[in-house]
Amino acid sequence: MIQWLWIIPVLPFTGFLLLALSGARLPRRLVAVVGAGSVGLSAMAALMVALDFLTGTSPHAYKQTLWVWWRVDGFQPAVTLYLDSLSVVMILVITVVGFLIHLYSTEFMIGDSGYSRFFAYMNLFVGFMLILVLADNLVFLYLGWEGVGLCSYLLIGFWYKEPRNGYAARKAFVVTRIGDTAMAVGLFLLFNQLGTLHIQDLMMRAQQTWPSGSIYPVAAALLLLGGAAGKSAQLPLQTWLPDAMAGPSPVSALIHAATMVTAGVYLIARTHVLFTLAPKVMALVAILGAVTLLLAGFSGLVQRDIKRVLAYSTISQIGYMFLALGVGAWAAAIFHFMVHAFFKALLFLGAGAVIQALDEEHDMFKMGGLRQQMPVTFWTFLIGSSSLSAIPLITAGFYSKDQIIWLAYSSVFGSGWLWAAALAGALLTSLYTFRLVFRVFFGSPRSQIKHHPGPAIKISLVVLAIFSIAGGFIELPKSLGNLHLFSDFLQSTLPSPLVAKGRGALETMFEIISMAVSLGGVFLVYLFIFRMPRLTQRLAQSSMGAFLYKFWFGGWGFDTFYDHLITRPYVWVARVNRHDFIDGLFTAVAWINRTGYRTIRRTQTGRLRGYAMGIAAGAILIIGMAVLL
Amino acid sequence: MMISLPMTHGLILAGILFALGLVGVLVRRNIIFMLLSIEIMLNASGLAFITAGAQRGDPDGQIMFLFILTMAAAEVSVGLALILQFYHRFKTLDADAADRMRG
Repeated sequence: MIQWLWIIPVLPFTGFLLLALSGARLPRRLVAVVGAGSVGLSAMAALMVALDFLTGTSPHAYKQTLWVWWRVDGFQPAVTLYLDSLSVVMILVITVVGFLIHLYSTEFMIGDSGYSRFFAYMNLFVGFMLILVLADNLVFLYLGWEGVGLCSYLLIGFWYKEPRNGYAARKAFVVTRIGDTAMAVGLFLLFNQLGTLHIQDLMMRAQQTWPSGSIYPVAAALLLLGGAAGKSAQLPLQTWLPDAMAGPSPVSALIHAATMVTAGVYLIARTHVLFTLAPKVMALVAILGAVTLLLAGFSGLVQRDIKRVLAYSTISQIGYMFLALGVGAWAAAIFHFMVHAFFKALLFLGAGAVIQALDEEHDMFKMGGLRQQMPVTFWTFLIGSSSLSAIPLITAGFYSKDQIIWLAYSSVFGSGWLWAAALAGALLTSLYTFRLVFRVFFGSPRSQIKHHPGPAIKISLVVLAIFSIAGGFIELPKSLGNLHLFSDFLQSTLPSPLVAKGRGALETMFEIISMAVSLGGVFLVYLFIFRMPRLTQRLAQSSMGAFLYKFWFGGWGFDTFYDHLITRPYVWVARVNRHDFIDGLFTAVAWINRTGYRTIRRTQTGRLRGYAMGIAAGAILIIGMAVLL
Repeated sequence: MMISLPMTHGLILAGILFALGLVGVLVRRNIIFMLLSIEIMLNASGLAFITAGAQRGDPDGQIMFLFILTMAAAEVSVGLALILQFYHRFKTLDADAADRMRG
C-alpha cells in the first residue's frame, strides 16, 4: 500500500483540474462530490499508507522517486516523495482535517456564486500542502511552499468584488514574500556551500562539515527562520494574518489555522539539524515565539471581530510552537501543531457557523445567548475553546501546551523567563478565549438567528470536537500516566529534547501551576463579564485602559509602524522619482532618434524635381571625385 | 568627300545637350517638358556613343544607339500613359502638385 504514496497529492490536484476546467458547468452537487471527495479519498489513502508505515517492518523512511525534475550540471532535483514519521503526522492532519473542512464547506458555501471556484482553489491548496510536507528536497518543498502561498492569496481575496478583501490578499502575499525571499537566499547559500538540496543529505553534510555555532549554519538557519516567520505569521512578519480573515471561514480554518501557517514550524522541525548547529538562532526562535505569543495574546484580548480574536490566537499558539522548537522540543511542537489543527479548525468552523447564522455579523458584542439557539455549535465551540485554553486533564490542548510550558523551563535551552512568558501566555489564552465564549454564547440573546447549520456542518464540528479531546491522550506527562506514543513515533525523525533540570516533584508542581493559571483565567473572565461588568467598563474607559485598548486593538501599532517605516518612504520616493532618472537614459536614446528623424524628414519633399536634383548632385559629386582624386 | 570632325566637338555637343536636358528636368514644372528633356538627355548620350564609335571605327556605338532608341520609344509610351493618368487625377500638368509622399 505504501507504494501508492503518490496518489495522496495527485488526488487533490485531479480534483482541482476537473473543477477548474469544467466546474462552472457542473451542477453544485457534483462539484461538492468532486471537491470534497478528492480530499476524502486522499485522506483514506493517507490513512492506509500510515497504517502500512506503522505496521510495516520497513526502515524509518520510505522514498518514492517519480521522475527527475530537471538536470543542470549535476544538480538534479527529483520529484521525490519522502515519508517518515514527521510527514506521516503532517499528511494525516492535512488530509483528515482538510476533508472535514471540505465537507463543512459543501454546505457552508452553497449559496455562493463561486462554488466551484472555491473548491478548485481549496483542492489546489491541499495538493500543494501535501507536496510541501512530502518533498524530499528543498526545491520541491519550495514549490509547495509558494503554491500554498498562491492559494492563500486566491482564497483570502475569494470575494474579490470587495476592494478591502483584495487589499488583505495582497498584503498577505507581499508580507509572506519577504520571508520567502529570505528562505530562497537560504537555499542558495545551502546549495552553494554543501552542493545538494536533498534534505537528508544536506543535514548529514551540514553536520559533518560545519562546526557548531560557525557562521554558515547561523546564516542558513537565520534565513530559513525568515521564511518560517513569514509563513507562520511570527514577529516581525505577523501583520498579515489578522487581515487574512477577509476570506471565507473554511479558508481561515484550513489555511490560516490548521495547515499553511504551521508550515514554518514544519520547516524548522524538518531542518532541525541545521538549527542545532546554530544554538544562537535556536535561542532567537524561542524568544521570537515567546514574544509573539505574548503580543498576539494581548491583541486578542481586545478584538471585537470574532474571527480576528481567533486569528490573534493562532499567531499566539504558533508562538508556542516556535517556543518549543527554540528549546529543542521538536516533537512537542509537532504535537501542539496537530492538536492546534484540530481545535483551531473547529473554532473557525464554529465561528463561521455563528457568523452565517447571524447573517454575516462579525462583532461579538452584537451576539449573545446563542447557547440555546445553536446547541451543537455551542458545545463543540466550548470543547474547542477548552482545548485552546488548556483546561486540565480532559482536553488535548492541555497535554500539548503543558508539555511545551514544562520544556520551556526544563530543557537545556530553556529558562525561567521563557517559562514565565509561556505561562503568562496561557493566562491570556484563557482570558481571550472565554471572553469570546461568554460574549457569543452566554448572556441575553441580542439577535435572532436566521440560518440553522445543517448536517454537513454539524458532522464536521462534532468529529473535530472528538479529536480536540481525544487527540491529547496519546502523550501524557510523567505524573499522569507517562505515555509517549506520539514522541516515540517521532523519535526516528526528531530527537527528544535534552532535559537539564527539574524532575519528578518539580514537574508536578509546574503542572499544577499551569492548571491553576488556565482555570484561573476562565474564572477571571467570568468575574469581569458577569459579576463586575461596571469595573470592566471603568477599566476600559480610564485613560490608561483606553490607550492600551487602542494600542492592542491595532496589533501593537505594527501596521502603523511599518506604514511609516517602509510604505510611506517608498511612496514618497516613488512620487519624487516619478520621472525615473534611469528612464532618462532610455528617453535620451528616443530623443536622439526622434530629432534625427525630424531633420532628415525634411529632405523627403515628395517633389519629383527635388529627387532629380538629388540624383544629379550625387552623380556630379561622384564623377567629380572620380576625376579629381 | 567626308569632312572629319574632331571627336571632341561631337562630345562637347553631346555634353551641352545633356546639360540642357538635365537643366530642363530640374527647372521645368510641366511634366511633358520634363519628359521631353529626358528625351534630349537620352539622345545626347546616344550622340556620345556614336561619336566615340566613329572615332574608333567600331559599329558598337551605333548598335548602342539603336538600343537607346528602342528603350526611349518604350519609355515614351509608358511616360505618356503616366502623364495621361496624372492629368486625370490632378487636372494639371504641374509635377509639384503630386507631393503627397512628403515625409
